[in-house]
Amino acid sequence: MKFARLVLANLGRSKRRTILTALSVTVAFFLFASLRSILTTLDANAEVGSEARLIASSATGITFPLPQAHINRIQAVEGVKSVSWSNWFGGVYIDQRNFFAQFAIDSDSYLAMYPELLIPEDQRRAYLGERTAALVGAGLMERFGWRLGQTVTLQGTIFPGDWEFTIRGVYTPENPSFGDESFYFHYDYLFERTNRQVTPGWFTIQLDAPDQAAAIGSRLDALFENSSAPTKTETERSFQAGFVTMWGNVSLLVRAIGTAVFFAILFVAANTMMMAARERVGEVAVLKTLGFQNGTLFGIVMTEAIIICVVGGVIGIGLAVMSMSSFRAIQSFLPGFSVTPGTVWLGIGIAVVLGAITGIVPALQASRLSVVEALRRV
Amino acid sequence: MPFVEIKDLAMAYYRDSQKIAVLEGVDLEVEEGQFVALMGPSGSGKTTLLNILAGLDKAESGSVIVDGQNVGAMSHKQLAAWRSRHIGFVFQFYNLLPVLTAFQNIELPLLLTHLSKQERRDHVRTVLDIVGLADRADHYPGQLSGGQQQRVGIARAIVSDPSIILGDEPTGDLDAASADEILTLLQRLNQEYHKTIIMVTHDAKAAERADVIVHLDKGVLTA
Ligand SMILES: Nc1ncnc2c1ncn2[C@@H]1O[C@H](COP(=O)(O)OP(=O)(O)O)[C@@H](O)[C@H]1O
Ligand SMILES: [Mg+2]
Repeated sequence: MKFARLVLANLGRSKRRTILTALSVTVAFFLFASLRSILTTLDANAEVGSEARLIASSATGITFPLPQAHINRIQAVEGVKSVSWSNWFGGVYIDQRNFFAQFAIDSDSYLAMYPELLIPEDQRRAYLGERTAALVGAGLMERFGWRLGQTVTLQGTIFPGDWEFTIRGVYTPENPSFGDESFYFHYDYLFERTNRQVTPGWFTIQLDAPDQAAAIGSRLDALFENSSAPTKTETERSFQAGFVTMWGNVSLLVRAIGTAVFFAILFVAANTMMMAARERVGEVAVLKTLGFQNGTLFGIVMTEAIIICVVGGVIGIGLAVMSMSSFRAIQSFLPGFSVTPGTVWLGIGIAVVLGAITGIVPALQASRLSVVEALRRV
Repeated sequence: MPFVEIKDLAMAYYRDSQKIAVLEGVDLEVEEGQFVALMGPSGSGKTTLLNILAGLDKAESGSVIVDGQNVGAMSHKQLAAWRSRHIGFVFQFYNLLPVLTAFQNIELPLLLTHLSKQERRDHVRTVLDIVGLADRADHYPGQLSGGQQQRVGIARAIVSDPSIILGDEPTGDLDAASADEILTLLQRLNQEYHKTIIMVTHDAKAAERADVIVHLDKGVLTA
C-alpha cells in the first residue's frame, strides 16, 4: 500500500470534483437501495398469504357480498376444515387521511385460522368476550398513540353512523410482511347493528391439506356456478398477490425509471473520471520514466475509480437504510418495509463492479500510454 | 569497454508512408563518470537519442549498451525495472507532480524498491541535503521557484542512486542565475558522486561545464 498516498493525492487533486463525483454516485446508490427495497418488500408481501387457506369472493367483484347460506355448503365440501367470514368496514377515524384497514371478522373461527397473529392470552380472551371489542395491530396503536382499553369511534361510510369500539387486544404479526396496521372487530356486532342486513364480503377457508387447494377451489366455484351468487376462489397467497400485482405494474415503471437514472448518473461519473485522467497524461508519462510499471499505473488509476464508487455507494446505501427506517409512514403502504442485508451487499458489490467499469478506460489509457508521445505534448 | 556504447544507431518516424529520418549512423561512447554535453539545433534528434538511451523508445537499428546491458533487447517490463535502478531523468519543465510535496515527489522512485518507510525517509533527506532544499521538504511544487523545482527534479533523479543521469535541457527553462546553480549541482554530482551525466543543452556556456561536448546535426553526431 505504498502507493496509497499517490492514490489519495490524486483524489485530493481537485477536491470539489472528487466530492461531486462521489456525490453523484451516492445519489445513484441511494436510489438503488431505496427502489430495490420497495421491490423486495413487495415480493415478500406477495408471499405472505398462506397456500393452505382459500379465499372465496364474489365472482362479480370483491365489493359484492355473498349470501350467509354459502357457509354451510362450503363447510360440507370434503377437504374443508373450517370456514370463516369477514367484511370490509371502511370507516373513518376522525379524518379521511387516517386511513387504515378495518375488518369485521367471525372472531372465533378467524383467530383459530390465523395463528400468525400473536396475541397475549388474556387479551385474546378479553377481546372474544366483549361484543364491541376491537383487536388492533401494534403498529396502528403506535401510529395513533392508542392504549389498551381505550374507546375509539369510527364513522361508518358503508355502514352509516358512529361506531364505538373498545380496544381489548393488540396483535403483532409473526412475519412483519403481514403488516401490523389492521383493525379487527366482531362480525356479529356489525350484523346486529345493521339489523341483520349485512352478509359476508368473503369467506376464508382452511383446508385439511394444502395440496388440495386447486381441486377444492374449482369444486367450490362449480358448486355455486349456477347459484344467485357465483364465487371466485383462490389461495390466500394468489389473492394477496393480486393486490400486489397492481403494485407490480408500478414496480415495473419504478424499476425502469430507476435503472435509467442510475445509469445516467454513472455515465456522468465515468465521464468525469475520464476527464480527470486525461489531464494527468503527462504525469503518468513521468511516472513511467521513473520506472513505474504499466500494471502498477493501471492499478493506481483503477483503485481511485473504485474508491470513489465504493465510498459514494456505501454512503448512498447507508443514507437509504437510515432514512427508510426512520420513515414510519411507509409501513402503512408497505408492511415490513426494510433494506435487506441482501440489498446492502448487492449494492456494495455493484459499486465495486461499477468502479471497475468506470475505471477501466482511464486505467487502460494510463497503462498503454506511450511515454515518448506524452512527454512531447507536455 | 565504455560505460555507454551506442553503435550505428538509426531512427526514423513514418508519416503517411513517408520516412522522416531522425538519427542516422550515430556512434557514441561515454566512459563511466564522464559528463557529456549533447548540443544541436532544435529538431536534430537530441530528445529522441536520450529516449532511446533510457529505453523509452526503440531504435530502428543499431545497438545501445549501458553498463553491459543491451537496452534494445529488453522487454517493456524489464526496461521499466531497469530504468528505476539505473537511470535518473531530469526534464526541462521539471515534471513534478503538483499534488505531491517536494519530499513525496522525491520519494516516488523509492516506492518501486523494497526499502522500508524509514529507509526511504533517510534517502530522501540525504538527497534533499545534497540539492540544498532540506527546509523545503513539505512545499508543493507550486510554492517553489523554477530553480528550486529543478533541484527537486534532480533530487528525484538521484534518490535511487542510479549510475547515469540523463538531462534534457535541464536549464532550458531557467534564468541565468538559477541555471548556473543547477549546472554547479550537476557538476558536483559528477565529481563528488561520480555520476555519469549526459545532458542535452542549447547553451554553449552550459556545455562548457561538461568534460566532453558532442554535436548532433540532422541526425548525425560529430565531436
Ligand atoms: N512522433 C513523432 N512523429 C513524427 N516525427 C517526430 C515524432 N517525434 C519526433 N519527431 C521528429 O523527430 C525529429 C527529432 O525530434 P527531437 O528528438 O525531439 O529533436 P530535439 O530534441 O533535438 O529538438 C524532429 O524533426 C521531430 O519533428
Ligand atoms: Mg528536445
